[in-house]
Amino acid sequence: MRFSRSSWMLLGVAALVIVPLLMGGEFAGADGQAAAAIEEANPGFTPWFTPIWTPPSGEVEGLFFALQAALGALIVGYAIGRRHGRAQAEAERDGPTPPETQKS
Amino acid sequence: MHIMEGYLPASHSLAWYLASAPFVVAGTKRVRTIVRERPEARMTLAASGAFAFVLSALKIPSVTGSCSHPTGTGLGAVIFRPSVMAVLGVIVLLFQALLLAHGGLTTLGANAFSMAIVGPWVAWGIWRLGRSAGLSMALTVFLAAALGDLSTYLFTSFQLALAYPDAVSGVLGAMVKFGGIFAITQIPLAIAEGLLTVVVIDALTGKVRDADKIGVLAGEVR
Repeated sequence: MRFSRSSWMLLGVAALVIVPLLMGGEFAGADGQAAAAIEEANPGFTPWFTPIWTPPSGEVEGLFFALQAALGALIVGYAIGRRHGRAQAEAERDGPTPPETQKS
Repeated sequence: MHIMEGYLPASHSLAWYLASAPFVVAGTKRVRTIVRERPEARMTLAASGAFAFVLSALKIPSVTGSCSHPTGTGLGAVIFRPSVMAVLGVIVLLFQALLLAHGGLTTLGANAFSMAIVGPWVAWGIWRLGRSAGLSMALTVFLAAALGDLSTYLFTSFQLALAYPDAVSGVLGAMVKFGGIFAITQIPLAIAEGLLTVVVIDALTGKVRDADKIGVLAGEVR
């Protein structure tokens, strides 16, 4: 069985996520580390403006992150589905054609 | 790459707002032109924004033992030129600033400049270079998206170094310090973003020949 280019690439992405997890670490956010570096280099530093709204807990923050990813994935998935639907409709209209060979 | 709310001096916040504004205005015009003249491309435009939405929500562990996220701005930059991503990127940043306390309103101008302007322009520049050098579509898209992602984080390090130069080694020393936090963490994530961008282009175009894929997505080729 021949794997498509996409399958190989998705496997690569999975490896890029899994390998660091196996290597271990605290996995704190880089944004927060940069903020900590600023505070360390400038004792007494306080931000001059605070977020107008902060998610009340890590759970609620997780909810909004999931919502953001879900909204995006919904639209990307819809676009992919539409392309395929239209390609199929065109193929049926144009009658049977020899399958295109694709270089990858 | 989010500079947190209130972490840039007010003068820097204002300066980055002013620097970003013309790109966002130009991007808005470009988006309106595309929507009006190329109905074929509307779906791709929405997908480009949505791709940035998904990728910037994914905080991914990295080899440095910390977490960061890709930006997803290379896709739209390669297909539609970088100006549209100024608009789509600001929408993503606003969502995160208002609902997630990620980034902020005072740092929106600076974060927009790194994620929605520098990253997309670098991606587009690499795309043009790769195409004129005769590289394949997949390799060029991969390089464009990965290096665009990385450039965003390098630029964030530069922005922070400008605001907080090291007492001894100055802006350059601070750039190395912040780059150590952002850029190295970002390398595997940038590679992941490059791969995912090629996967999404393949999924959005199906059986179209590689050479025509970007043109089809942009609504220029049928």
